[in-house]
Amino acid sequence: MNKRVRTRLLITLGVTLLSIGLFAGFPPSVAKMKQKVHLGLDLKGGTHLVLQVVTDDAIRAETDQAIESLRQQLQKENIVYRQLTRSASNTLQAVGVNPAKDSDFRRVVNERFTEWDMVSTAGEVPNTYTLRLKPTQEQQYRDQSIDQAINTIRNRIDQLGVGETVIQKQGGPTENEILVQLPDVTDPARVKNIMQSTALLELKLVDSGPYASAATAAQNYGGLVPANLEVLPSVERGVANGEGQFYAVQRVASISGRDLKGAYPSRDENGRPAVSFNLNADGAQRFGRVTEENIGKMLAIVLDGRIQSAPRINGRITDSGIITGGATGFAPEAAQDLSLVLRSGALPASIKYLDEEVVGPTLGADSIRAGLIAAIVALVSVVVFMLFYYKLSGVNATIAMILNLVILFGALAYFGAALTLPGIAGVILTIGVGIDSNVLIFERIREELRAGKTAVSAVVTSFSRVFITLVDTHLAALISAIFLFLFGTGPVKGFAVALVIGLVSNMFTAVFVSRTLFEWVLNRKQRADVALSI
Amino acid sequence: MIEIFRDVNVNWLGKRKIYLAISGSVMLLGLISLVAKHGFRYGVDFKGGTVVQVRFHDKPDIEKIRQLLRDNGAPDSQPQLLAGRNDVLIEFQGAKEEDASAGRGVIINALDKGFKGQYDILSATSIGPKVGDDLKRQAVLATLYALGGMLVYIGFRFDSWIYGAAAVFAAFHDTLLTLGLFSIFGREINLTVIAALLTLVGYSMNDTIVVFDRIRENLKIRRREALETVMNDSINQTLSRTILTSGLTFLTVVALFLFGGEIINHFAFAMVVGIIVGTYSSIAIAAPLVLVYTNIHSRAIAAAAPARPVVAPKVMKSPKPAKVK
Repeated sequence: MNKRVRTRLLITLGVTLLSIGLFAGFPPSVAKMKQKVHLGLDLKGGTHLVLQVVTDDAIRAETDQAIESLRQQLQKENIVYRQLTRSASNTLQAVGVNPAKDSDFRRVVNERFTEWDMVSTAGEVPNTYTLRLKPTQEQQYRDQSIDQAINTIRNRIDQLGVGETVIQKQGGPTENEILVQLPDVTDPARVKNIMQSTALLELKLVDSGPYASAATAAQNYGGLVPANLEVLPSVERGVANGEGQFYAVQRVASISGRDLKGAYPSRDENGRPAVSFNLNADGAQRFGRVTEENIGKMLAIVLDGRIQSAPRINGRITDSGIITGGATGFAPEAAQDLSLVLRSGALPASIKYLDEEVVGPTLGADSIRAGLIAAIVALVSVVVFMLFYYKLSGVNATIAMILNLVILFGALAYFGAALTLPGIAGVILTIGVGIDSNVLIFERIREELRAGKTAVSAVVTSFSRVFITLVDTHLAALISAIFLFLFGTGPVKGFAVALVIGLVSNMFTAVFVSRTLFEWVLNRKQRADVALSI
Repeated sequence: MIEIFRDVNVNWLGKRKIYLAISGSVMLLGLISLVAKHGFRYGVDFKGGTVVQVRFHDKPDIEKIRQLLRDNGAPDSQPQLLAGRNDVLIEFQGAKEEDASAGRGVIINALDKGFKGQYDILSATSIGPKVGDDLKRQAVLATLYALGGMLVYIGFRFDSWIYGAAAVFAAFHDTLLTLGLFSIFGREINLTVIAALLTLVGYSMNDTIVVFDRIRENLKIRRREALETVMNDSINQTLSRTILTSGLTFLTVVALFLFGGEIINHFAFAMVVGIIVGTYSSIAIAAPLVLVYTNIHSRAIAAAAPARPVVAPKVMKSPKPAKVK
């Protein structure tokens, strides 16, 4: 065997062994293969969700916060105004500011509100100033809210322990989408509840109550609830009539979810499931002060705008509390989920579900079977034909084709790319591309032989000539596959990955391996007039 | 040596008018069907909505399912029994505005009223209309970019833009024909079909490039002959390869079509059609286009100067053939 052929055979063998090792481990085993070849959700079953973060929520919160700090600032500077309002999610208005204080007001805005543009100084009421969040700043807050949402959702899902989840940003900069993939989860209702729950915990001092309705609560204040108070519904039932209850509570929370250190499921005094929480040092200090100053009053524990309970403060409490679940208590699972979402922090904005796909494990198994059968039927029929039509050279093509598949699976495992159903289709198309390359070469060899060339020179000319064709066809196909990969989503991407890898590995097997095999065969017979079985 | 074709001598390019008639009438039929059926039948991934695939433990009464769905908030849903199995595919358009996943709940709720515990959910897909629009736009963009990329690549490799334009036009022709056939056969266009369309664009290009490549090679040694003769010979020389490859690739996609299962069935259909159309177009569309253009072009030049040029694309330098001892 000459040196060139030997080197080429060794390279081929090396690539084969490496690829087998990559997807089946070394020594190869089915168990390792199952571990290394990742299956897509469509094959192993699971849930695929696309969420959209309503980033307007975050902007609105930002505007509200700015209004609050402007209120404090104006008070400090003694600037009188009629009203501060949010006129759009990113816009606030200071209505009827004292004209004498115009320059003072402008100074406050310029010094303290650098993130805002003053877009107008006119309005229905004279001396109305309109401030709008700067566009770059607004985009930054939107991006932040998505990142924060991703973190919060990841925290929550991680604690559920559903395995290898994918949580990532998806789509363009203005689409605000998050892709969530949950393998093996086939009833996403609970996961979705946990993801979606905003879980905003607030502790608010009760001013008066309980009332049977929001209207009676308002009557107590002469028909109009003061600005520093709000009326919230309670999940507890009234003792007398079993109807809902309402409390008038302080608008500003004494303690909020941000001050939480931990939350865990526990039991209330009646032994029903509840959620206990404790506070961080800062929160504990404030909580201690608030409870000390308000002994005898009631404190409402508010979750997402609804009062869970309103216990009376009996003494100074510093660092812990309990959330009870109304008259019947929480369901045990609900208590667990609530403590989980409290621990993971509140969502900065609400989310919407744009897209949900659930694949049950049965269907996944069916798909694998269908894909395998199709692949095997395709492979066997092609091999039979090649052996029949090209005789011994057909063996050559068969080896090249199988090696192509081996490399393909090795590369899929190496890149950690998941094999999806369209991916299997990509694999089958790779078989097709492999056939084409071999047929091109074989037909060319036959042509050269008919033209009277010797076997050796026919092989050499054919390969170098067909190489050009193969480069052109493969590059053109690669271009389209790459566009598929770049612009496609989900299933299309899986298809493109398989096709790109398949095209590259086919270039190797069809040109390098197949030629090596030909040369090897021709070399073993050291005669000039050696014949080729083709 | 078993051979299918040997020394074929068909005047392919002389039949240009027949190809025009064939392509034209199929496209016209597709267009008529498209107008008659008010556009394509899009899959849920493009139009938004919910699809639930359910497997019943026993053969279900499809009328009863339809009745249950109608009475329980899903009047426009279309339950469809999959052949040979106890699987039912239910498509549902409602409740797609706010929460994409609400549709699934509606269907499960309706089925539970009559079949509680007698079925399993195999898969459920809910897609909001926004995602559908995005996907449609993305698919069209991806196709256009892919075609543009190939136009540039082939134009560059064959040193004449007409080759690139002809190949891209042929691929475009294939896409249009296949889409027309999708409409005629009432098949659904979903994401995987788009993947198939892009693959068949690749295949069509592949076939065209093989033929062009042979033309390029022959033109280099037969400069004095008429372009039409050289093209006919090139097509004839590559014919056995064309038929063999297409036949074998056809075999693999037919396997997909028959055994690949419900989900990739539309995909496989696109491939089956696409391979036939793609093979046809590389002979009947791409090469004639180059010929017609070149003839018009050289006549124009001949009117100005008597010399008769032939478009002879540059050949890439082949790697030096290695010596085999």
